[in-house]
Amino acid sequence: MDGMGEEGDSIAAVGALGDPTRRKVYDLVVASGRSVSRDEVAQGLGVARTLAAFHLDKLVEAGLLEVGYARLANRPPGPGAGRPAKLYRRSESQVAVSLPPRSYVEVGSLLAEAVERSGADLTLQRVAHERGRAAAGEDMWEVLREWGYEPFERDAEICLRNCPFHALAQEFPPLICGMNLALLSGLAEGAGWPVTARMSPEKGQCCVTLSKEEEER
Amino acid sequence: MNLAQLNIGRLRFPLDGPELKDFVDGLPEINALGDSSPGFVWRLTDEGGADATGLRPYEGEDDILINMSVWESLESLRDFIYHTKHLEYMRRRREWFDHSGLEAYLVLWWVPEGHIPTVAEGKERLEHLIKHGPSPEAFTFRDPR
Repeated sequence: MDGMGEEGDSIAAVGALGDPTRRKVYDLVVASGRSVSRDEVAQGLGVARTLAAFHLDKLVEAGLLEVGYARLANRPPGPGAGRPAKLYRRSESQVAVSLPPRSYVEVGSLLAEAVERSGADLTLQRVAHERGRAAAGEDMWEVLREWGYEPFERDAEICLRNCPFHALAQEFPPLICGMNLALLSGLAEGAGWPVTARMSPEKGQCCVTLSKEEEER
Repeated sequence: MNLAQLNIGRLRFPLDGPELKDFVDGLPEINALGDSSPGFVWRLTDEGGADATGLRPYEGEDDILINMSVWESLESLRDFIYHTKHLEYMRRRREWFDHSGLEAYLVLWWVPEGHIPTVAEGKERLEHLIKHGPSPEAFTFRDPR
């Protein structure tokens, strides 16, 4: 396998985020959690539509966003109003760059397989819970963001848009999702967040949600 | 073609003891969830008809339980076990079961539509996986064929 090409692509992808406006465009698409149009991005950032389009397409070129087409209900009339709109969402692909090269995903996969084969799920859950407790920080939203969970509120729950362990969770779901639940429970317990972490698997996001406990307000 | 799966596990404690209570209590709900999941075709049951906990697939090894089922596709099985409440159940597998002395505990294979596999057939597929590694005759989720 020629690893150079992939590494080069990853560096180009990261490089594409070097421009501050483009970074904002990327962040806006990611935070929306859905597909967004050029107009939405332009309005959201207060920039011209052509500039938003330029950065969006650069992000697609870099493999960080994906494009889809759909007819929008509230599209303003005028030329092109009948055509489907170009919509952008975060790409499924994962970009990792480490210089010098480090292969933690491969190591993670090896270790996960070893844990799985030796049936040491409960030890892993115990370690994850302890780590969570030890790392606990008071500001729940801040901590969840730092861990890469991309939290957002839905009904009385805090949902996690991103699984920080996605690649491994795909390969070893019960093992890694169990670890993740233990980690989040530990974080919540350690800092006394008024939530309970529970398993609530849903495609396309983290398998854990945080249910708010009865608030004493 | 449909997808068949066989899964075995060695009980860590007696099935009727306090340690296995959550597992046993959860069976009706989890089985009902599986039975009503998209793509479900069939699952193995013992004479009681509710689940397969009365079956002992290996003579002389009274602590090895089995489950076996047939699905329309790999995706439908995957969706049920990893994207429903079943995952919460599965997360706790090592509280209840271990794999001591078992070289493999899960095998998948393709069966013609309408074919209901026997326990003997499932055990053969598991043997095949152990002997030859993943192949179209016997594979796992991590090496789908």
